Amino acid sequence: MSEKKLAKSGSHNAEHEYEGGLAVIAPDAVRDPGLEPHRTRMTDKSVKHEKAAARQVAALFLVSIAGSAFAVYAYFAFPITEALGTVRNNTLLLGLGITLGLFGIGIGAVHWAKTLMPDAEVSEERHQTRGSEEVRARAVEIIKLADSESGFSRRKLIRRSLYGALALFPLPAIMIFGDLGPNPGDTLRHTMWKKGTRLAKDPTGTPIKASDVTLGSVFHVIPEGLSELEHGKLEEKAKAAVLLVRLDPADLKESDERKSWSYDGIVAYSKICTHVGCPVALYEQQTHHLLCPCHQSTFDVTDACKVIFGPASRPLPQLPITVDAEGYLIAQSDFTEPVGPSFWER
Amino acid sequence: MSNAVAAPKKGGFLAGTANYLDERVGVAGILKEFGRKVFPDHWSFMLGEVALYSFLVLLLSGTFLTFFFQPSMEPVIYNGVYGPLKGAEMSIAYASTLDISFEVRGGLLMRQVHHWSALLFVAAAGLHMLRVFFTGAFRKPREINWVVGFVLFVLGMAGGFTGYSLPDDLLSGNGLRIIDGMIKGIPVIGAYTSSLLFGGEFPGEAIVARLYGLHILLVPALILVFIVIHLFMVVIHKHTHYSGPGRKDSNVVGYPLMPVYVAKAGGFFFIVFGVIMLIAATFTINPVWNYGGYDPSPVSAGTQPDWYIGWLDGALRLAPSHLEVHVGGVTWAWNILLPMIVGVGFLVVVAAYPFIEAWVTGDKREHHVLDRPRNAPTRTAIGAAGVTFYAVLWAGAGTDLIATNFKMSLNQVLTSMQILLFVAPIAAYIIAKRTCLSLQRKDREIALHGRESGRIVRLPHGEYIEVHEPLDEFEQWKLVDFKDYQPTLARPNAAGKITLRARLRAGLSRFYFEDRIAPVTQTEIDAAHHHGDHDAVEAAEVKAVEA
Repeated sequence: MSEKKLAKSGSHNAEHEYEGGLAVIAPDAVRDPGLEPHRTRMTDKSVKHEKAAARQVAALFLVSIAGSAFAVYAYFAFPITEALGTVRNNTLLLGLGITLGLFGIGIGAVHWAKTLMPDAEVSEERHQTRGSEEVRARAVEIIKLADSESGFSRRKLIRRSLYGALALFPLPAIMIFGDLGPNPGDTLRHTMWKKGTRLAKDPTGTPIKASDVTLGSVFHVIPEGLSELEHGKLEEKAKAAVLLVRLDPADLKESDERKSWSYDGIVAYSKICTHVGCPVALYEQQTHHLLCPCHQSTFDVTDACKVIFGPASRPLPQLPITVDAEGYLIAQSDFTEPVGPSFWER
Repeated sequence: MSNAVAAPKKGGFLAGTANYLDERVGVAGILKEFGRKVFPDHWSFMLGEVALYSFLVLLLSGTFLTFFFQPSMEPVIYNGVYGPLKGAEMSIAYASTLDISFEVRGGLLMRQVHHWSALLFVAAAGLHMLRVFFTGAFRKPREINWVVGFVLFVLGMAGGFTGYSLPDDLLSGNGLRIIDGMIKGIPVIGAYTSSLLFGGEFPGEAIVARLYGLHILLVPALILVFIVIHLFMVVIHKHTHYSGPGRKDSNVVGYPLMPVYVAKAGGFFFIVFGVIMLIAATFTINPVWNYGGYDPSPVSAGTQPDWYIGWLDGALRLAPSHLEVHVGGVTWAWNILLPMIVGVGFLVVVAAYPFIEAWVTGDKREHHVLDRPRNAPTRTAIGAAGVTFYAVLWAGAGTDLIATNFKMSLNQVLTSMQILLFVAPIAAYIIAKRTCLSLQRKDREIALHGRESGRIVRLPHGEYIEVHEPLDEFEQWKLVDFKDYQPTLARPNAAGKITLRARLRAGLSRFYFEDRIAPVTQTEIDAAHHHGDHDAVEAAEVKAVEA
């Protein structure tokens, strides 16, 4: 087909004469036969069917009345008490009553429309969205008039200073959001752990003795004293949570500088994922892998918690630990790097 | 005028009220203009209605919940009726959510109505978008309304996420933790933005109240405003209709607003509300009492966000390991940035699609008759590829559940998803396009030769033929009424130069329209009928012989 046959006009309707772009208009296209003839329904043809439909609609509305009444009854008849099953009964029966109340109206109305209201489709003209030429001319005239009367185009000084003012006026609105939160400062770099802090069980807060940690066992750990904090308990916990695992020392691959960070095969790693901060709470005892249940980042406990799978990039930070005179596990210091998800300045 | 004022109060209360309203707000003129406005009827037009009605249900049930919910993260010791959590320390927000569930009659029902209708709102809006996409309803003059609808979809996700986080339970708290991690990964401003949002360190005591403000005020107000704009434009454009006899770009065929459409649409609101109520009464959703209050240390396996956030969570999971880069003392967390860029990029392409297609076709006409998806094969194939891309990301959020339920290796499931993310959309594109073209060929065949009747007839000379039943002109019209586009060549501009823009456009138009099936013309039908008459004559002869 030659380029010439590309459409200049979309349809035979003069009102819709626009560029048709790449549309092809076949000169011998099939002609629209027009609306198909209307088919009458049984309810239009027979009084019996019409009356039956009317009864059905009314019956549906009556069902609705019954449903709403039942819902009110259920509200009082099935109160909620200390027994947990009562919540279920109240929710179920109240809900089913309201459901009937709604369905009766809805299905009744639609049934009414479909069986008893006229079902002949009608056609209505559409008008082009764009205004007629006169309307458009008048609109342009108004804009020009407004421009000349205000001098918007003519008075450059006013216009440009207005732009400047409009650009700057939202600035205070942005500034006043500054007090939404403090400057993070170095809070992301430090946790509650410091030299001598005992490792305690989460959530009881009882300190852990090295002798309690049997081979292959895993402890969810918080710093001792966390539960007694007046403020910021969750904020501190969100940074300081630690997992404690005891492995056969022969299984541990420790670098020279970290040799002293573990105690007799007991290692402590930050529980906060270096991906987006979920707790890395799943420990696979056989493989010594730690798995984050949120995005499946997997860390190898035997090898400095390096990432072996999943979207995380950095190993979990290790907490250097040792034991005190009474045999309790204590931290040698804070973590040596920021815990949790990455951030720009870290 | 004086006549109207002096009009006697005939007709009783109703007429009196009507007269009162007309003289004050001009209700007669409004009714005259809109009372018999025609709305086309099709089941797929109800998807947008479902979204609208779910939103109304959200407003109703949400208002009820605000009377009982307390958006405070102040810690309290729980002393309500739910035994397993008695004595536990939790936030007031979580405790009041438990109270709504266990101490307010109908409270749990309303919570479940609210949550289910939120899921339905986003689902219906998404399906409505797909309907609009695959039928080409976004074409001129409706491009802007597509963008408005797109904004509504995004606002729906925002409303859903802010609401999901309010109960301050373990599951939603971990969701916020993920958001915090993502925000921190943004270059330069990450840590500051997180601190501003949470009022200090995560989780802080501010975020629930802040999200509450957004969730009950800003987001629903914006949704309402955009719904008004959306529907206002529907009134301006009038609704599209499917191709059919008598349906043209210059008319609208359907039922009048009053009474048929009012009854159908009004009734449908009650049906949608009823379905939500039935689901809420019989199916538990978000049993926050099982999760416990938020604590940064524990987490349960198999955690899932609400369905509409799944694709973003999937994007996070599918990022490969070790993408993070440290240069010059700063951190580029590409394992977080890349999924965010993919997510935002996908949404931008969705929002911009109508403008891209309009540019490629160069079609400036108004379109009010919808395309059957098969008649726009390339668009349908692009849509199929987009849906598949989204679906793989979405399935990516369930890698752990897929692995555990189907007893597969988690690592292999995830790696397969990473491969599928690239391969599956291409496969979907090819399959959808070929399917469309085949369906078009079948339509051509039926339009020209009629429907196969399954009746085999033996002719006198021994030949067997199957008798084809001709279509009536109304059925035939549905098969031939579509526009056909032809790829263009890059042409030089006035200066005699073929610009890069022209080349790109020609390339895209070739991509779109290289494979095309032209609609059947009258000439072809006449030729086929001539042939058909020949068959009919022979068939008549057969009958004569049999007799």
